[in-house]
Amino acid sequence: MPTFFEAKQLVTPGELLAEGEYQAGENTYLEGGKIYASRIGLVDCDNKKVNVVALRAFYAPKVGDIIIGSVKEVGFNGWTIDIKAPYEALLRASDVLGRPFKPQNDELSQVLNSGDLIVAKIASYDRAHDPQLTVGEPGLGKITRGQLMCVIPTKIPRVIGRKGSMISMIKQETGCQIILGVNGVILVTGKNIEDEELAMAAIKKIDEESHTTGLTARVTQLLKDEKAKREENKN
Amino acid sequence: MNEKTEKLIDKKGIRLDGRKADELRSLKLEVGVLPNADGSAYIEHGKNKILVGVFGPREVHPKHLSRPDRMVVKCRYHMAPFSVPERKSPAPSRREVELGKVIRESLEPALFLELYPRTGIDVFIEVLQADGGSRCASITAAALAIADSGIPMRDLVAACAAGKVEDTVVLDLYDAEDKLGAADVPVAYMPNLNAVTLLQMDGILAPDEFEKAVDMAIDGCKKIYALQKEALKTKYMNVKEEIKEEPEE
Repeated sequence: MPTFFEAKQLVTPGELLAEGEYQAGENTYLEGGKIYASRIGLVDCDNKKVNVVALRAFYAPKVGDIIIGSVKEVGFNGWTIDIKAPYEALLRASDVLGRPFKPQNDELSQVLNSGDLIVAKIASYDRAHDPQLTVGEPGLGKITRGQLMCVIPTKIPRVIGRKGSMISMIKQETGCQIILGVNGVILVTGKNIEDEELAMAAIKKIDEESHTTGLTARVTQLLKDEKAKREENKN
Repeated sequence: MNEKTEKLIDKKGIRLDGRKADELRSLKLEVGVLPNADGSAYIEHGKNKILVGVFGPREVHPKHLSRPDRMVVKCRYHMAPFSVPERKSPAPSRREVELGKVIRESLEPALFLELYPRTGIDVFIEVLQADGGSRCASITAAALAIADSGIPMRDLVAACAAGKVEDTVVLDLYDAEDKLGAADVPVAYMPNLNAVTLLQMDGILAPDEFEKAVDMAIDGCKKIYALQKEALKTKYMNVKEEIKEEPEE
């Protein structure tokens, strides 16, 4: 039961990863007792489970995920939301209003209009139905301020870092609030635009160099350098 | 058309463009060339120059084309008006529609269609310059573009043709050999799964010649596959190298 890779090796779709007593994890598949990669990414073996951390992927909805989406269309009794997934999501009017929706009393476009951005949670989703969203929890709902940026969804764990080390470091250094949508959309809200841009530069660096080692140190350095530069400009 | 003044293969077994019978044309592959597409690739296979852009999976329009149990693949093969010596009408011809179908069917076995029901992906193949074997070059590039878009795949698909010219079985025919030669056998192949996904034949071959041509084409596919893998990895190795250089500054 051999494996055919070194830890953190870059693999392409179709590459043979392991044979025998191994389990096929993320972005891999099993055929004829052999495990192959199904996406380009970095292989890892964790407790007999072979995983590929994908470098290129799109978001596949999962129940319970917190996502950031934009209103695509105002419908008769709800909204369709673009969540950067293969499927459009639905948000019901009664869920947002917190009471039964009556078309004669409520004008939906005044609550959320097309183009509005929301933080929401996926309430239900399966093969036969488009994902349905909910905003009925604290921290969810319409976004009123801040800046958005998009990264590849598989990189969100890297932005978070080990036990949240990366994200809490960025939050601390820039003083920004950061909401990570599992679908790869990130909301950054700070006291001023400069703080937000600093946080976004750091996240962009993580996105571009996520498959390299020693990243936390380099991001810390980047933030320090940028801060020093700003101080110089002020004086 | 050109008259057959020269022999396509000389006595030493060297072809008109200087290649041996089992030699591929020069190949250049690049991944991620179109930022607006979800995935993209560019191939230069001999004088062929082909761009491929991939979108999806996304909602299918018109909606009735979507399937409740699987993803649908749409594939458009299109030749630019300037891709051939005589201007080609930009409207899709019978040949282009057929090639779109053939290329789609050679890519579908590499995809997990059942994973994303009710969605579709679009593969746009734009031939900027054609020089024989453009369907094979298109498949090679399209497989790379799909891998680049992050759509899960069973394997990359590499494609290559073999054929018969002047009673010799040769690999990777170019335009003149394709037109004046006796037969052309395009093959698409998934190397890790050892599966042929496209096999066509245009012309007449004896059974033993056919087998030899297929074997030759599969060997060619394996060589192309190695280049595909390299092209895909190069895109991400670049970032790694940049970082290594940084401390020296």
